[in-house]
Amino acid sequence: MERVPILKIGRTLFVSIQIELQDDTVVRLQEDLADELSATGARGVVIDITAVEIVDSFIGRMLSMIGSISRLFDAETVIVGMRPAVAITLTELGLSLNGVRTALNAEKGLELLNGKA
Amino acid sequence: MNAVPIRSGDDVVRVRQLVRTAAAENGLSLVDQTKLVTAASELARNTLVHGGGGTATVEVVKSPIGRPGVKLSFNDEGPGIADIDLALTDGWTSGSGLGLGLSGARRLVDEFELNSKPGAGTSVVVVKWSR
Repeated sequence: MERVPILKIGRTLFVSIQIELQDDTVVRLQEDLADELSATGARGVVIDITAVEIVDSFIGRMLSMIGSISRLFDAETVIVGMRPAVAITLTELGLSLNGVRTALNAEKGLELLNGKA
Repeated sequence: MNAVPIRSGDDVVRVRQLVRTAAAENGLSLVDQTKLVTAASELARNTLVHGGGGTATVEVVKSPIGRPGVKLSFNDEGPGIADIDLALTDGWTSGSGLGLGLSGARRLVDEFELNSKPGAGTSVVVVKWSR
């Protein structure tokens, strides 16, 4: 199983998903992020999905859960870089990403988190 | 067209890639490609998780008025679905999910046919037409 790397930049954890997501990979990412949040005391998580071609109900639910888990560590999650076709499909699927915020790109996502400080 | 096995998460990814290629080569727009691949992902997962594995078939078809489309069939010999109407209801789930997989997949395609009987497996056939 491939793993998605987590980078720590200041008080933010940065994740850029560059692989085809399998269910196992997303579950692993969730666990790795919880560990990192606990170990580092980071205040924010930015997840870049620019390269992600589809978000189905499972991946969407996992992203929401990452947002909820982050809250428990007093951190906020921002999903950035969603493709237009993914946004349309997610909406038609009936999925709202509760628990996470969204921003257009990584830069705006970081601004959103820093505004919180 | 040959049936592709669905036995693991890797196979689900392979099915998504096959569907993406077929949809792109047959004139589906980027949004329609994304909808069809997302529906395929939901249905392949159902085949794997609820059906205990099975097969997927990707076919290129033509409508009566000559529009190309992509037809996907998912088959398993799992426990089957007792109440199909219930299974297609938004929010109803047999597991720990959101219950959007089957109902959501139906919304993302143009044609949707589900056949299932308890003990006799499940077959789902969907078509997305180019516009």
